[in-house]
Amino acid sequence: MIETKGLRKSYRSRAGRETRVVEAVRGVDLSVKEGEIYGFLGPNGAGKTTTLRMLATLITPDGGEAVIAGADLLKDPGEVRRRIGYVAQGGSTWDESTAREELVLQARFYGIHKAEAQQRATKALEAFQLTEYADRKTKTYSGGQRRRVDIALGIIHGPKVVFLDEPTTGLDPQSRAHMWDEVRRLRDEGMTVFITTHYLDEADALCDRIAIMDHGEIVTEGTVDDLKREVAGDVVTVGVNGAAEAATALLRGQDYVRKIEQSQDHSLRLYVDEGSVAIPHILRLLDHAGVELKQMELHRPSLDDVFLTKTGRSLRES
Amino acid sequence: MKFLRDTWLVFARQMQLMLRQPVWLIVGVVQPLFYLLLFAPLLKPALGVRTDAEAYELFVPGLLVLLAMFGSLFTGFGLIAELRAGVIERSRVTPVSRLALLVGRSLRDVVSLLFQAALIVVVAVGFGLSVGVLDVLGAFALMAVISLMLSAFSYAISLKLRSEDALAPLLNTISQPLLLTAGILLPLTFAPGWLRRVADWNPFSWATDGVRALFAGDPGADSVWQAGAVIGGLTLVTVVWASRAFARGVR
Repeated sequence: MIETKGLRKSYRSRAGRETRVVEAVRGVDLSVKEGEIYGFLGPNGAGKTTTLRMLATLITPDGGEAVIAGADLLKDPGEVRRRIGYVAQGGSTWDESTAREELVLQARFYGIHKAEAQQRATKALEAFQLTEYADRKTKTYSGGQRRRVDIALGIIHGPKVVFLDEPTTGLDPQSRAHMWDEVRRLRDEGMTVFITTHYLDEADALCDRIAIMDHGEIVTEGTVDDLKREVAGDVVTVGVNGAAEAATALLRGQDYVRKIEQSQDHSLRLYVDEGSVAIPHILRLLDHAGVELKQMELHRPSLDDVFLTKTGRSLRES
Repeated sequence: MKFLRDTWLVFARQMQLMLRQPVWLIVGVVQPLFYLLLFAPLLKPALGVRTDAEAYELFVPGLLVLLAMFGSLFTGFGLIAELRAGVIERSRVTPVSRLALLVGRSLRDVVSLLFQAALIVVVAVGFGLSVGVLDVLGAFALMAVISLMLSAFSYAISLKLRSEDALAPLLNTISQPLLLTAGILLPLTFAPGWLRRVADWNPFSWATDGVRALFAGDPGADSVWQAGAVIGGLTLVTVVWASRAFARGVR
């Protein structure tokens, strides 16, 4: 649904008398499949928004190529516009307009005639639970309501792909959860959703696949589970009553255990490929050998661990 | 065809928003009304004319050109607010005609200007101005063209600057000398020779002369067609430049 190759963009920025060229995006290769939620994760300033704005035809790439929903971004941006929807980070509604007016106008900008535009607006208002406020000025809306209008505006013409730029930034936890449901609903309706975020939990909960971007480049890409497993595997912590040595000897030979460490409190840290598979084996083995288990814990790596491994720093710090 | 449709969509929305806050139409016309009420009475003795009607004949045309200039030159502020709200970006991701985004807005400015101009003329007639309907329509046509030119210019410039803080001083710098050398408040017949030569380079000075001739009931005067030619030509050039700059800015 989205294929890009070597997409890049640099800006000239002036600091005092010197002009510096800032490479915002340095060659992005992407492949997004139809019907998935694809997450673009990275710290602020990583180049996520620039990439997104290029894909949404808002800025022209300096180089590279991209095909979006079958249309060529550089040769035929007009056709790309017809096939995609885009929801900007900073909102898109005019204070003095109502949601219904905005939706009808937006649909008409796509060439949809009046009656059909009105029908679509009514449907969209229902789908996004905005009917109650539909004819009030948008300046009276809450942050969450406004964001829902933004998304409704982005998909009013029934695009194949929708780009959402940090859709939950600035929302309270409840509106955020609500927004996640809306995004999943878009996917379930057959849309491909391309979303940028700098929230780890959001990428984790929402996205089928993610790419991690840093300093204008994609540092890694894949499903969330694969990425986690690739960097660290799961860690099972086993507390054994004074039998650490014996347990270590037993477990060392097992093929599902990658590495064993003994921590200061005499519990064992077992690095395994998949914790949920390893745990029953570990239990059975220790039980048979008569080793008394005090406690057992499974730690799955987080996306932050992935980010740390790939970039050498924590996403939370950057 | 698509361009006309899109222009209509943009125009209709802008009109709807304007009519929702009609107070701005009135606010825009308050300043010229003050001039009409508080400044025009000084003119009869100052200009040495015999009647109020004669004074208004000289003054109202200048006031109308003033209105056309100032009512249109500052419309870019609204565009900057729309840019900030994300409304322009939302339009840009659709296939809507880029030129329509400009022209639809400029047409709204023309309509609001003509409404205000009509209000001024009606009030002035109440004070004793006498002018032919066709002459007024001719003057309005010229004002509509001025308004189109300056509002397109204003939109293009504000799209380049993207900041009210930069736009305000720039527009003031442009508008003050244009205003003062256009013979708007007093006819330039009082001006020393050098000032009149400076005014010859000011297209709005030609416009003021043309509108004065129309209000004097002399539509056949040279200054009328000259005003049409100067303003028409300049508008053509400005609108072409502005629409290119605008289209580049919103791509």
